[in-house]
Amino acid sequence: MRTQTNSVSNPVNDTVVLRKAEVRRQAINLRIRNLSLQWSVFIVLMGTWQILSSNKIIDPFFFSSPFDIVKHIWTWVVDGTTAGPLYVQFLVTFEETILSFILGGIAGIIFGYLLGVNELLSVILGPYIKMINAIPRVVLVPIFILWFGLGMSSKVASGLVLTFFIVFFNAFQGVREVDRNLVNNARLLGATKRQLARHVIIPSALTWILSSLHTSFGFALIGAVVGEFVGATEGLGYLIAQAQGAFDTIGVFAGMVILSITALVADWGVSKLEKRFIAWRHIRQ
Amino acid sequence: MIELSGVTKEFIKPSGEVHTVLKNINLTIPKGEFVSIVGPTGCGKSTTLSLIAGFEQPSAGEVYILGEELQGMNPKAACVFQTENTFPWKTVIDNVSLGLRLRGVSKSESYDEARKWIARVGLKGFEGYYPSQLSGGMRKRVALAQCLIVQPEILLMDESFSALDVHTRHLMENELLRIWEETSASVFFITHDLEEAIALSDRVIVLTAGPGATVKGDYKIDFPRPRNVAEISFDPAFMKIHKQIWEDLKDEVMISYENANKLRVKSS
Ligand SMILES: Nc1ncnc2c1ncn2[C@@H]1O[C@H](COP(=O)(O)OP(=O)(O)O)[C@@H](O)[C@H]1O
Ligand SMILES: [Mg+2]
Repeated sequence: MRTQTNSVSNPVNDTVVLRKAEVRRQAINLRIRNLSLQWSVFIVLMGTWQILSSNKIIDPFFFSSPFDIVKHIWTWVVDGTTAGPLYVQFLVTFEETILSFILGGIAGIIFGYLLGVNELLSVILGPYIKMINAIPRVVLVPIFILWFGLGMSSKVASGLVLTFFIVFFNAFQGVREVDRNLVNNARLLGATKRQLARHVIIPSALTWILSSLHTSFGFALIGAVVGEFVGATEGLGYLIAQAQGAFDTIGVFAGMVILSITALVADWGVSKLEKRFIAWRHIRQ
Repeated sequence: MIELSGVTKEFIKPSGEVHTVLKNINLTIPKGEFVSIVGPTGCGKSTTLSLIAGFEQPSAGEVYILGEELQGMNPKAACVFQTENTFPWKTVIDNVSLGLRLRGVSKSESYDEARKWIARVGLKGFEGYYPSQLSGGMRKRVALAQCLIVQPEILLMDESFSALDVHTRHLMENELLRIWEETSASVFFITHDLEEAIALSDRVIVLTAGPGATVKGDYKIDFPRPRNVAEISFDPAFMKIHKQIWEDLKDEVMISYENANKLRVKSS
């Protein structure tokens, strides 16, 4: 029996190989189908937009057209924008976003953790945090610009407050949701407070924290762009605001496209990060 | 080894009323004894375990471990819970070696020891797996190895096997007995299954229905060891003692059932 199953030219073995190939082919077909459907939707939408706009069925002045937008982005790339080279605008916004994301994230994790493990602290500070959280945080942006000026720090502050609360609430919840049995088990196995944090509470809360990072990166970007909108001398938000001031619809759309691409790339990066940190959730057989 | 002396445990309900779970429990468990504790659901078995483990302090009375009054966590004990013991973010070997790592043993040394225990519970080859990749029975084996690696003098088990299917359960029970017989640990085993309690133990304790549960019966089980838990229940002597303890337990189950009904009537 054993020699039979081991031999390559065995008929049973051959069907298994065939079946495997079949399953693999089906999976690839499925992928191709989904991808082509996704692209079709894109082409149909863009095509309709372009046709409507070229035939003046919708006003190109207000609605622009895909072709013009691409052309506009291309001129930005080649000739630079009114505020300097495009890549500089991009880098400025990206730097503000990353900085506010990291600072807001770290602060959120630290405070969420502290309030999560410390009953007294959460009782004292809870109402204040709820109160601050109730303020629509974009109204803080003008204040930050008054405090920190037109430069980078006011944008970082805007993105930071937006990021902070999301990460904070998730970290807090994550710490609170830790399984009682797991905590007791670790304590009984001899864990000190610090070891408990390292081996149980933080890994457990990490699931919550990482899932909040997706949303909070988006909010860091919003903070930066809104900050640039309200008052700045460079950045993608500034670019859009300028285009708007000049009734340049194409410019506004072009800025939006670049922003979306940035957000997509960032989202992809955060997903990678997540996979790396919570490998245990993704390894399934 | 373990001594509960006049132990009472009360919880304050959100309504402000005092809820007495355990009342004046006196219980001594000698070194190396396998003791099971049975009683109706909600009578306070897990609470008793929490007191021995040191998760909770008694409201009155004392818990002594090796003659010393227990304060804080019980350093001699390890516990296998009903649901999860394994840390989902740790691999099998990291789960099993955790107890040693927490005590400051070096990584290589604790890994060597963990490999031995993983092999002993029959999981050789699964060292690098995450708990989510294992079956329920395999996770229980990890939990057992995780507890036993620290060589506890007291092994606490709270309905540890009740979520397993009956075959896996018998396998695990036999394995537990096999490993336990090589150690000198006292076992405090909570179960709602009287057959399981008798098959495994040297002694079965029956608690009364709550509130204010206390020890109702204390039965010696002296079947020879090693035992096979899957077959021992066919023994006439087993049936006899089973009937005897069941008479005791039955009344308490009825009381607990009636209490629950009364509560339901009151609240509806
Ligand atoms: N931390 C707690 N706070 C309030 N009541 C509790 C607490 N832990 C247990 N109880 C109550 O104590 C009683 C006994 O619970 P438990 O020991 O879990 O019973 P079981 O015998 O089923 O393990 C239950 O009525 C439960 O509601
Ligand atoms: Mg219980």
